[in-house]
Amino acid sequence: MPLIEARGISRIYKTGDVEIAALRDISLRIDEREFVAFVGPSGSGKTTLLNLVGCLDHPSSGTLTVMGTDVARLGRTAAAAFRGEHLGFVFQEFNLVPVLSAYENVEYPLLMVRNWPPDKRRAQVMKLLDAVGMTDQAYKRPDQLSGGQKQRVAVARALVSEPQLVLADEPTANLDHDSAHKVLTLMKQLRDDTGVTFVFSTHDPKIMEAAERTLVLEDGHLVREQRA
Amino acid sequence: MIATLRLSARNLMRYQRRTWLTAGLITIGVVAMLLFVSAAGSFKNVMIGQITDSMIGHLQVHRKGYVASVDNLPLNLNIGAKMLDKVKAELATEPGIAATSVRLKLGAMFSNYTETTSIRLNGIDPQAEDATVPGLRTRISEGDKTGPLVAPGQLLIPELIAKGFKVKVGDTVVLVATNRDGSVNGKNFTVRGVLEQVTGPGGRDGYLHQDDARELLRMEEPEAMEIAIRLHDMGALPAVEASLGAKLEKLVNKEGKPVLELHSWKALSPFANIAGMIDLMTMFIRVMLVAIVLVSVMNVMLMAVYERIREIGTLAAIGTPPRRILGLYVGEGLLLGLIGAAVGVALSLAVVALLNVYPLQFPFGRQIITLQPTLSIAEIATVALLVVGMAVLASLQPAWRASRMDPIQALRHV
Repeated sequence: MPLIEARGISRIYKTGDVEIAALRDISLRIDEREFVAFVGPSGSGKTTLLNLVGCLDHPSSGTLTVMGTDVARLGRTAAAAFRGEHLGFVFQEFNLVPVLSAYENVEYPLLMVRNWPPDKRRAQVMKLLDAVGMTDQAYKRPDQLSGGQKQRVAVARALVSEPQLVLADEPTANLDHDSAHKVLTLMKQLRDDTGVTFVFSTHDPKIMEAAERTLVLEDGHLVREQRA
Repeated sequence: MIATLRLSARNLMRYQRRTWLTAGLITIGVVAMLLFVSAAGSFKNVMIGQITDSMIGHLQVHRKGYVASVDNLPLNLNIGAKMLDKVKAELATEPGIAATSVRLKLGAMFSNYTETTSIRLNGIDPQAEDATVPGLRTRISEGDKTGPLVAPGQLLIPELIAKGFKVKVGDTVVLVATNRDGSVNGKNFTVRGVLEQVTGPGGRDGYLHQDDARELLRMEEPEAMEIAIRLHDMGALPAVEASLGAKLEKLVNKEGKPVLELHSWKALSPFANIAGMIDLMTMFIRVMLVAIVLVSVMNVMLMAVYERIREIGTLAAIGTPPRRILGLYVGEGLLLGLIGAAVGVALSLAVVALLNVYPLQFPFGRQIITLQPTLSIAEIATVALLVVGMAVLASLQPAWRASRMDPIQALRHV
């Protein structure tokens, strides 16, 4: 069974009488343990596609199944529960909670979403912080961390609840080349260690080289697919 | 729940100045409310205590129509001897009653042999009167405050007459009264004491022994114009009034109609209206407190939601259930309310304690009122619950907005 399967999905936004098609007739399949990039210029539909796969939005037409679930049918609360249980997110601007330390940011999904018991939670958080090399910075707040460190914390937060799929929207866009390379290497390493599938978007040619498979989008169309 | 509240507390500490300002505003509101309630309550209690303990009692029984014409002190609306026995029997069955005093009320001419004026008088049984209105003897400004209130041949006169006629304790005066049949009778009395006047009906009355009153009015049988009643517990007033009222209603005349009327001090003293106004003002202050809490908390919470839209989007995206996001913001409102209420209550208790060490005094008419404010647990709990409830209510709308936010729109927010 594919992890993600899209068949003819479109996403059309309406602004008054004007309709804007952000995605048109996209069909794709992504399997477990893949390291996939959605690539394309700004406005090509990468983020929209990630939002649909991440159950943050619904396709206007077509069918989209993630882990066998028709995510278009999920309501607000069910979608939140699905995201909390099966998905991890990494954002371009890290989006860490500023009042929480690195440890607490990583702990957040287990505490507030999954309700793990304290001992299990602590062990898991420390495991992930260790995996991303942030154990020494565990009790620093986001404003005390560099961009690369913040994104490593964000990756740990995305993986802490053991999701099957991590979606990363331009995860390296706000990082220098060296930090970007380290974060991508880390993500790949974690994929190898945990078996989680990574899907990320980028418009940076150097970053897309790191992907094992790239799906190229232009004007809302999936125009080609490349394998490394 | 605890995790949510802990995160709410952390969020509140992001903008410490704003949080403390809002909590401070709530605190000021709570302090203002509680101090007003305690001071106004103290004033009310002092006044009500004075009225009920030194004049009226808690309840009074009269013959029907007497209260309506009390200004004339009618002599033809007495409770007759037989009826008086029946009333006493009914009063004896009421467990809430602590004491009763049968009074003969009359108007008379007061003379110091050179000048004459009118005087309102109460003929009393000193022991019964003392038990019913124990505060009466505290009003004796000149003369012995101990011993029986009045003995036969003695008179307690109001301060106004004592000063106007330059009468002192021990002086002999004469009272002349007209009885029910229109004949006039006079008797000499010794002034036993001078009474401070107090606000309200009866506040300028004189007192004499009931035997003297009967003699002046040439009354053959033990009749009464008024029966003052003291209760064990003032809080039981409505219940006793209802119970006793029902019993007295059964005492009827030959035509089968009730002959008696029962009034509480509220119906007899105009201060009851002032007390009602104080209660109304307390309610207005409560409304102001509610407005302060609602506006300040809602303002802060709306700002908190607006400033953290992107963060809300992140929390929603990573799977935080909407109810948990709602809980985070309601938690902030709850904590603001709790801090404001707790500090406000603590400050109010401290100020009230200080006011009891250094009591406030102010003149009220010819009296000096000493305020001894207190705060009941019920009043503190009411105000605290009101504040916390309003804080939660005020945060509900912003919290609801946060919980319903579209994650994509929120994540795009700059």
